[in-house]
Amino acid sequence: MNHAFRDPAALPRLSLTVLILALLLPGFSLTEFDLAALFDPRSRETMGKFIGTFFPLATSAEFLQLVLKSTLETLAIATAGMALAMLIGAPFALIVTRSLSISRIGPGAGYALGRAARLPARFALILFRSIPEIVWALLFVRAVGLGPAAGVLAIGVTYGGMLGKVYAEILDSGDARPVTALLEAGGGRLPAFVYGMWPVALPELTSYSVYRWECAVRASVIMGFVGAGGLGQQMELSMRMLNGGEISTILLVFLLLVVLADAISAFLRKLTA
Amino acid sequence: MKPVHWLVVAALAGAIWASFAFLSLDLGLLLTADAQALMWKYVASFFPPDLSAEYLARIGHGTLETIAISAIGTALAAVLGVLLALPASGRFGAVARAASRLILNFLRSIPELVWAALMVMAAGLGPFAGTLALAWHTAGVIGRLFAETLENTPPEPALALRLGGSRPALAFLYGTMPNVLPQLIAYSLYRWEINIRMAAILGVVGAGGLGQMLYFSLSLFQQPQAMTVILAMLILVVIVDGASAWLRQHLAN
Repeated sequence: MNHAFRDPAALPRLSLTVLILALLLPGFSLTEFDLAALFDPRSRETMGKFIGTFFPLATSAEFLQLVLKSTLETLAIATAGMALAMLIGAPFALIVTRSLSISRIGPGAGYALGRAARLPARFALILFRSIPEIVWALLFVRAVGLGPAAGVLAIGVTYGGMLGKVYAEILDSGDARPVTALLEAGGGRLPAFVYGMWPVALPELTSYSVYRWECAVRASVIMGFVGAGGLGQQMELSMRMLNGGEISTILLVFLLLVVLADAISAFLRKLTA
Repeated sequence: MKPVHWLVVAALAGAIWASFAFLSLDLGLLLTADAQALMWKYVASFFPPDLSAEYLARIGHGTLETIAISAIGTALAAVLGVLLALPASGRFGAVARAASRLILNFLRSIPELVWAALMVMAAGLGPFAGTLALAWHTAGVIGRLFAETLENTPPEPALALRLGGSRPALAFLYGTMPNVLPQLIAYSLYRWEINIRMAAILGVVGAGGLGQMLYFSLSLFQQPQAMTVILAMLILVVIVDGASAWLRQHLAN
């Protein structure tokens, strides 16, 4: 080819691609990457049979009743978990937020005390939310036994950590003038919060909480896989029994549930906006 | 507050009460002295974490495995996502568009963990199942986004090349790709970040990495080892978060 028609960026692009592939290469052995295992005739036959059982869906009245119960259980876990999370998150947010700090206003005697309280609170919130909910669920299943209680506690702790952080951020980012005025006039922290901050921040707080509830519905399905109740636990049972029809029914219900939670959350957010 | 707001508040309070009642939960039981003593004993059994050199070496391997699962999974997902995004952006007719969108939606709406449980049955226990699980779900996510990017990118450059007589594939590579590639790369890297966190926990259904180590040690009642795994997960998440925030800040400028 004529030199003028050659792509001038070809060489750097090629070498970058080769470099990335070379970096990925050891990953293939680390992940025991083996497509042949998927197409091994024996496993393909069992897999083919198993996939064949996905249709038709399991629709026996008895099973549908079971699914309905687990669906309600999933919704209840998400709701109860969120209630617990707000109970955990709200006080932490009040401690962590800077807008309610009195020592910030003047030459406060309580400055050191405030700092001393804020630091561990912030650390606790990081700990709560950085450990994934499914790990919390695993731990709680071993502490309080199989069932929805573990799921509620896991959501409560993880989402409590997230809510605490985000609530505090919302309170910090809102208009601080009303609350500062109340604090400067000698108001206590809690009254200043209720009258100076709550009315301003409420829509954003509700909107975020509703969004988190939607996430909690999804999370509670997933946590069922480690035995924390709800639809996930039902799906795990069906998988263990290699019952494809039941799995596809549950998957379908799960998808519908996600759509429903999405709609409810959109409705509630529109209401509060 | 408007009356409708009071109604919503009442409905929410009712929903919370109904939830606790439906689950017949009595969290007060957790606060009894007996339960608390048991809880503290359980918590105390996690300390001190096992920091022996031998176990730390296994943790290191598990961490590498987790990162490898996420990297290979995301790379596969990017390839598969692009392949599906081409028909999904309507380049091969309306039927192909609808069909590939259906596939993308299906891949995307099944959570990673469910994919992982299914893949463990298809490919056996181990990191390969986790890799495939991440690949399926992420392919759906990347494919949909990339299809939209392809639809929204200006068609003129490729059209100009076509009118100049170049072949369709070359017109795509030199007319369309330069516009969309940066976004594809940026989004794949972002998904990789998410997938590192996901790969750390996929193991609880047997799909390799740190999660599987956690599941094993908890099942064998080896709490000190479990604590080490949890610490490793925490450190991994904090490092990934920090690195991504740092990169975002410095690449933006």
